[in-house]
Amino acid sequence: MEILSRVHANNLVRWAKDRPSVCVLSADLTGSTEIDLFRDTYPDRFFSMGIAEQNMLSFAGGLTREGFIPFVHTFAVFIYRRAYDQIAMSIAYPNLRVRMFGFLPGVTTPGGATHQALEDISVMRSLPNMTILECGDATDVETILDVTEKIEGPVYIRMLRGEIPRLFPKNEPMQLGKPRKLSEGKDILILSSGICTEEAMRAVLALKSKGVTVSHMHISTLKPFENDEVLKEIASSKYGVITIENHTIIGGLGTIVAEKMAEEGIGKKLIRLGIKDTFMHGASKKYLMKEYGIDAMSLIYNVEKLVGQKFNISEEELQEAFVANLHSKAKPEAL
Amino acid sequence: MAILNNKITPDQIYNVANRIRIRVLEHTIKNKGGYLSQACSSAEIFATLYTAVLNLGKVEKPLVPKLFSGIPGPFNANYSTGAYFNGPNAPEYDRFFLSPSQYSLILYATLIEVGRMAQEALDYFNVDGSSVEMIGAEHSPGMEIMSGSLGQAISQAAGIAMARKIKKEKGRVVLFLSDGECQPGQFWEAVQIISFYRLDNIIAYVDANGYQADGKMANVMNIEPLEKRLEAFGARVFRVNGHNVEILYALSRLEPDGRPTFIICDTDPSRGIEILKRRIPKLHYVRFSSTDEILQYKEELEKMKSNMKT
Repeated sequence: MEILSRVHANNLVRWAKDRPSVCVLSADLTGSTEIDLFRDTYPDRFFSMGIAEQNMLSFAGGLTREGFIPFVHTFAVFIYRRAYDQIAMSIAYPNLRVRMFGFLPGVTTPGGATHQALEDISVMRSLPNMTILECGDATDVETILDVTEKIEGPVYIRMLRGEIPRLFPKNEPMQLGKPRKLSEGKDILILSSGICTEEAMRAVLALKSKGVTVSHMHISTLKPFENDEVLKEIASSKYGVITIENHTIIGGLGTIVAEKMAEEGIGKKLIRLGIKDTFMHGASKKYLMKEYGIDAMSLIYNVEKLVGQKFNISEEELQEAFVANLHSKAKPEAL
Repeated sequence: MAILNNKITPDQIYNVANRIRIRVLEHTIKNKGGYLSQACSSAEIFATLYTAVLNLGKVEKPLVPKLFSGIPGPFNANYSTGAYFNGPNAPEYDRFFLSPSQYSLILYATLIEVGRMAQEALDYFNVDGSSVEMIGAEHSPGMEIMSGSLGQAISQAAGIAMARKIKKEKGRVVLFLSDGECQPGQFWEAVQIISFYRLDNIIAYVDANGYQADGKMANVMNIEPLEKRLEAFGARVFRVNGHNVEILYALSRLEPDGRPTFIICDTDPSRGIEILKRRIPKLHYVRFSSTDEILQYKEELEKMKSNMKT
């Protein structure tokens, strides 16, 4: 598998070159959110805002009203937990083109409960006018900026950094509101988002070898979620649907799908894999994914549950997942 | 008497201020309640801003507010903020932002007194479906941003001031603030960056009337010495009598010097309506308790009106 390094850092500099209205706001996490290269390349369009997120989000609203497009960068938790009222009133209500890049979603930080964004989709989704996107691989990261360009209102992005695998073809960009179809099958539908897609891809491979046909879709647009294709797949699945997400099961992908199924009267079983209404603790991504049941093995157990059959797939059989080195060169100095 | 800004005398501004008080009192009596003390403390500030300080585009005739037409969003192409009462937007014009939208009634009264809004607009105050809301939003007359969540307006104004600096626009960003909203952390975050980025195109008038919803600020949560705190944050600060229109005007003419300007206006929340003193320390919102009390305020109103005529 191709592993890329500092994808956003390089892509942002390239992309912003001929877009002079794009400016970047940092809350003292410039290296940690990969905007150091932007700062050094376009110093006039880089604003250091200090550790003062409430001001930063309202300030971004002000800049936008004057024709700029602020790209707010910090850890996801510090965007929505610290400045929710500011996002609601200074940005979402007036439907302003502010782009919020939330880094370290869910288990992707070893920083523990203070740094783990586990309910960001849930709370941001409740805001009118808000669009929510999530990256699952390097191709998503490389093409998400083009997706944002067509969106008139605010966008919240669950972003990836450091060393990122390429799961999707380089020439197949992320598209607004369009899931990526990764596998065809009639038995079960798996809907995955963010880093869980890589896990699901491994599980699907193993399941196929056992004769289970799985339809697998990667969801990158969490809001708006208007998708007939997904609903049709759910309705036609033999055993039902499993969602898997790096987020609490309350208000994220699983909830979104449940709401749609109920509204459409689709009477299929739904299993929601995600963080089950708990805070987490500081540990590695691999460890936490296993502990909280959002890894490939957990997905396989749940497919077995849904199908009512054991497949005896061992962890060794699963294709080796990509595990980024905690202290690789692509990582910033601190967290 | 000196003529300010080549167009108006201090006496004329005091007249506007008193008419603002009368209009707000009339309205408060009619509605059996209102933000009356805010009119008393800030009438001279609003009158000076709208007659002499602000460089705004013209409004041809007193405008009638549009009805509430939905929130901004992808399905509301006809949306507009309430900034049309401040005239057209242009690089050379000032932009005015009312931060505590609890003062909306005073802003509405001011817009009427300076000929920017039709006086019947107040009949739509707090009426279902109207944009003349009690605690105004950005679609309300004279307003342009969402400011009622205290502490947010100054940060938004800072973003606007930064953008205007980059675009080399001459117009200033003029803010009206209350003293209570200097308590939240976001206010200080904003002052910190305004000073750091030398946004000297910002001028803020703070109505320091000393009261907040729970009572006297000194007892609820002290912010004094506000001038020293702001100075320590790098602002150019003046502390003045907020009822002296000549001083309020003169400070708006100072050359920018790299620092944002804060004018702390010490004011009296019962100024011009002395019987309000009986309600101290609960002045934030006046709700009349009896018909007797309403009669007292009616008497006061008649006195104020007859004083205006002489």
